[in-house]
Amino acid sequence: MATPSRPIPFLFRPIRGGRLVKHALLIAFGLVMIYPLLWMISSSLKPEDLIFREPGLWPSQVTLENYTAGWTALKHSFGYYLWNSAVVTGLSVVANLVACSLAAYAFARLEFPLKKLWFTLMLGGIMLPYHVTIVPQYIMFSKLDLINTIWPLLMPKVLATDAFFIFLMVQFIRTLPRELDEAAEIDGAGYWRIFIRVVMPLCLPALATTAIFTFIWTWNDFLSQLLYLNNPDNFTVPVALRTFLDASSDSSWGPMFAMSIIALGPIFGFFLAGQKYLIRGISTTGLK
Amino acid sequence: MADSVAVKPRDAVTEPARGGHRSTKRSRREARAAYLFLAPWFAGLLVITIGPIVASLYLSFTDYSLLDEATWVGWDNYVRMFTQDPRFLNSLWVTTVYVVVSVPMQLAFALGLALVLDRGLRGLPFYRSVFYLPSLLGGSVAIAILWRKVFGADGLVNAVLAIFGIQGTGWVAHPDYALGTLILLHVWTFGAPMIIFLAGLRQIPSSYYEAAAVDGAGPVRQFRAITLPLLTPIIFFNLVLELIKSFQSFTQAFIVSNGSGGPADSTLFYTLYLYLQGFRDYDMGYAAAMAWVLMLIIAGLTAVNFLASKYWVFYGDTK
Repeated sequence: MATPSRPIPFLFRPIRGGRLVKHALLIAFGLVMIYPLLWMISSSLKPEDLIFREPGLWPSQVTLENYTAGWTALKHSFGYYLWNSAVVTGLSVVANLVACSLAAYAFARLEFPLKKLWFTLMLGGIMLPYHVTIVPQYIMFSKLDLINTIWPLLMPKVLATDAFFIFLMVQFIRTLPRELDEAAEIDGAGYWRIFIRVVMPLCLPALATTAIFTFIWTWNDFLSQLLYLNNPDNFTVPVALRTFLDASSDSSWGPMFAMSIIALGPIFGFFLAGQKYLIRGISTTGLK
Repeated sequence: MADSVAVKPRDAVTEPARGGHRSTKRSRREARAAYLFLAPWFAGLLVITIGPIVASLYLSFTDYSLLDEATWVGWDNYVRMFTQDPRFLNSLWVTTVYVVVSVPMQLAFALGLALVLDRGLRGLPFYRSVFYLPSLLGGSVAIAILWRKVFGADGLVNAVLAIFGIQGTGWVAHPDYALGTLILLHVWTFGAPMIIFLAGLRQIPSSYYEAAAVDGAGPVRQFRAITLPLLTPIIFFNLVLELIKSFQSFTQAFIVSNGSGGPADSTLFYTLYLYLQGFRDYDMGYAAAMAWVLMLIIAGLTAVNFLASKYWVFYGDTK
């Protein structure tokens, strides 16, 4: 069997040098895509008056003054907003992990009345636009006097409304051999013990995917933080950046770029560290 | 379908071993445990999802500003929307243009690059990462700020155009081009559907291609006869998800237009207008009505999608 395992059905057949051309085109295209990001990084290191005069990447003069100016431009230092974002995001990750895995275990492993109906409702929740519930939710949280607290942001996570992750974990748990559960049951373990001792340890990849996506989505989330956090003392990074944009004239693009890069830093870090789980996550469930 | 068939026999093997009486006792215990595990989810369904949907329906027939009592106004909000509010109709139009132009473009890029990357290319993980990264960052305020400056009057695009002697305009400040910059931003995030396409391509057995090659099918023929039909379920899946998602785009329009939907309402997305009505003007009855119309539009769109899929999506097992 000398045939290649996968013949080439489309586009570049192995014409001589075709491969090289292909790589060159891909690299050029990738560079065009990433160029705005690189430009932002390089601009954040340039003195203000050079930013829009040089479209090139290499700064002729390097300075950190944009970072120091941006860090202190708002009411609190930027570190304060980073901390607020970290608290909201960290707690959201924990809440999502716990609440979604509990629900997923029930859907994947247990039999109960009306299971089909609940499961369908859960899947429907994936497609439900956030905006449909936003007005009454706001009214509810405002009547409960919870505006400018973390609760409106955290409550949906504690109550497992991110159906995407339930679905992801259900899919994952279904692939685990049931014999393990049964063996534990014969040893006298109840459902809770099976969940904690058997299923969860095997679910680590799905939990990692959930944690990373929750982190990135919550860190980026703008609308609900804009709605529920109006007091500058509670601002998270996206809301702070928005205020920065609102308050500044055209002359402070340097500091704004600098803070934007700091805001993107954690996402970039998680992307590098968790790529494997991210890609597996989207491949299996079609997450964003 | 195939899934449930595969799972059933297993259950059948475990159940009979326990005997009738104990198994009903056991199943009651199991159901109780299941509802305990699902308790947070049920609470969320009630308080965060279904309750607000119903409340939203009620509010949509009222005039309500958070401070005063809600007063019943019947169909007034809906009538106003479609007959007396040109801004609403405009926001619907802007959003439709955005969705109809950007989603097919985004998916075309995603599919094209997935096809190029699929053929056992060296350096695949690297390219995949580079193309995927914008999907993760694209929804953030920071990228919207960047976009505003890349397409600004003295921004990156114009600086590059100037090299070729072209005098650009302030793209984000021009009513004819501002929406275009947002469409570009959406297309820029093609990496996530691309990865779904890559996973789908990997599912196609290579024996199909080998058989086709033996029968003398060329690469174009193979693409049209094998790759494309087998990929239609994935294209469909991506299409449904992206349509739903892009209809709700908010952050980018908000930041690029600085919360106004300008210039001249050219980037007034549906959700942005909803936000302005509900949370700037506190016309919450009207915003709730808009939310319901949005839900109906998205549900309708998805239903049409599913109906139309019968004619073009190919599922292997129905052959």
